[in-house]
Amino acid sequence: MGRRILFITTDQQRYDALGCNGGSVARTPVIDALARQGIVYDRAHPQNVVCMPSRSTMLTGQHVSTHGVWMNGVPLAADAPSIASDLRRAGYRTALIGKAHFEPFIDPFLRFAENRIGSAGLETEMVVGADGLPTPHRGFEHFALATHGGVGPFHYARWLREKNPAAAAMFFPVLDQQLQVNAGGGGDTNAPQVKHNEIPREMYHTEWVADQTIAWLSSLPADADWFCWMSFPDPHHPWDPPKSELGRVNWRDIDLPPGYIEDASEREHVLDDKPLHWRLWYDGTFVSNYEAPAKWVPRTLTADNVREINAMAHIENELIDEAIGRVLASIGARGWGDDVDVLYTTDHGELQGDYGLMFKGPYHVDSLMRLPLIWRPAASAHVAPSRVTAPVGLVSLASTFASIAGLQQPDYAEAARLPHADGEAGALGHERVLTEWDSVLFGKIVGARTICRDGWVCTAMLPGTVHDGTEGELYDLVNDPLQRVNLWGDSRHTAHRDALLDDMWSSLPTRVLPLRPCDAPV
Amino acid sequence: MGSVRRHVHIDRDPDTVWKLVGDLARQHEWFPLTSCRVEGRKRWITLPSGITFEEDIITHDHSLRRFQYRMVGNPGITAHLGTCDVLDDGRGGSVVVYSTDMEPEALALVIGGAAGEGLAKLKQMLEHA
Repeated sequence: MGRRILFITTDQQRYDALGCNGGSVARTPVIDALARQGIVYDRAHPQNVVCMPSRSTMLTGQHVSTHGVWMNGVPLAADAPSIASDLRRAGYRTALIGKAHFEPFIDPFLRFAENRIGSAGLETEMVVGADGLPTPHRGFEHFALATHGGVGPFHYARWLREKNPAAAAMFFPVLDQQLQVNAGGGGDTNAPQVKHNEIPREMYHTEWVADQTIAWLSSLPADADWFCWMSFPDPHHPWDPPKSELGRVNWRDIDLPPGYIEDASEREHVLDDKPLHWRLWYDGTFVSNYEAPAKWVPRTLTADNVREINAMAHIENELIDEAIGRVLASIGARGWGDDVDVLYTTDHGELQGDYGLMFKGPYHVDSLMRLPLIWRPAASAHVAPSRVTAPVGLVSLASTFASIAGLQQPDYAEAARLPHADGEAGALGHERVLTEWDSVLFGKIVGARTICRDGWVCTAMLPGTVHDGTEGELYDLVNDPLQRVNLWGDSRHTAHRDALLDDMWSSLPTRVLPLRPCDAPV
Repeated sequence: MGSVRRHVHIDRDPDTVWKLVGDLARQHEWFPLTSCRVEGRKRWITLPSGITFEEDIITHDHSLRRFQYRMVGNPGITAHLGTCDVLDDGRGGSVVVYSTDMEPEALALVIGGAAGEGLAKLKQMLEHA
């Protein structure tokens, strides 16, 4: 028997969502305890700030330029490397429970395995592997799939329709009739993508993901090694937790987040100091991607909208924390407690009111890039707790899982395992972390490449629809933690900026061409 | 309006390619559909998810080797024109171009993806026949 792995992800969660990272709204005692017992990464970035590319990086250990999932809607190649496949070959039982999203959701042609598996209510789909032998899709022998509501082909939606046919309509409809992210609002303040959801808590997807995880783990023999990816769809929009839980956080009682600039003229001055696409989106004149409602204009966002959305997100964070507590208790009851490594992270952040903006897009600042990342090694591994300040990326997860299982770093993985402490970060190559953005939406082209190292974050905007390739962003994370002062054009920092860019361009992997086609909006 | 275009080169002469592509009742043999039914200038296609779309056949020109169709009778689709052309590459082969213009624009991407898969299968079918 080896060390088992519980990999917990949320969706669209900020670093400051958790108590262990300074969050003061949501109570997250279970995750905070994991943090005290383990390693907290204070500068963990995704390699892309939307779901499909980021999740593909987690699974493959590769940057976006290599795995090729450059935007939501671009499917990960069916034969892409998968750490789950490696673990399964090493004898691990494997499951992915909750949100996968390596393949597009909108798929009436059922071209993609996730949708076929969900539609048919299967556990997995067998394919012929590179060795000519049957192997389960992406290495997972068990899928129980869910997304942000009760609509669609996945297992959760099917279960919900069976339990309560009216329940799907209780959620906020994420997409509108034109299949765009719904610009409508609700709640008390008509905040975008907010709804008071009548669904009973026990039928909410957070509870279902935990229940399904407990059920799958309960099905395993006591001596099994296992890798379980428990993937919560929250706190991604829509913000519609069960109405019964709204008393946890009253939006009227919470402070505005530090990143929200109340004064409109000051806010717009900060936006105007950034590359042009920031202000154009704020004004609603340039929507570069599907990850925000195309018909919603950010400048209409009110302070009370921000409070209410934050309250709803934090209610969802609390529900996740409690669900994890149930799963950990179940693992303890099986006698596995000392032999389970727990890794906790998310795929990307959320603007959540910062700069007067919501949702996500080509905005490479802490709101979207600084992620919660915690590794609580198995007690049997005797790894000392620490906080790591060195920059790390989700690109290291695959190698970390391999190391836990006693495997060599996979030859396809582009980063070493996560460090146990700052002292070994340099030796493992954790000097910088890179993030890429590419969107091409019916002729609207935006590209960005970002490096973070030595307390600085530097983004080069690529030539596109609104940029000529000379624009960018440079922030001093120590002296400007909210990234309000763009030093890109400040002559005092030109040499440093150029050194960062040189390091970034020489560190980015060569982009695999031709680009994989975008086959759906999401 | 969402506008997408996919194409494939096929190492077979245009008449051979058009013999299959131009037979509108056989599109499910190469496109990710489960069935096609043609009655006069109408066609009904069924997707693997079970959804059926009604289409008006706008152009079916054997000399141009062009097929155009419009999805109708679906209130969620406010505009649509699909076009499939088989072109002579001038070297004995063909280029098949499949384009879609539609609202909602998001669906154009989905049909573009299906067209890409369909064209790849068409090439495989014809070149390995």
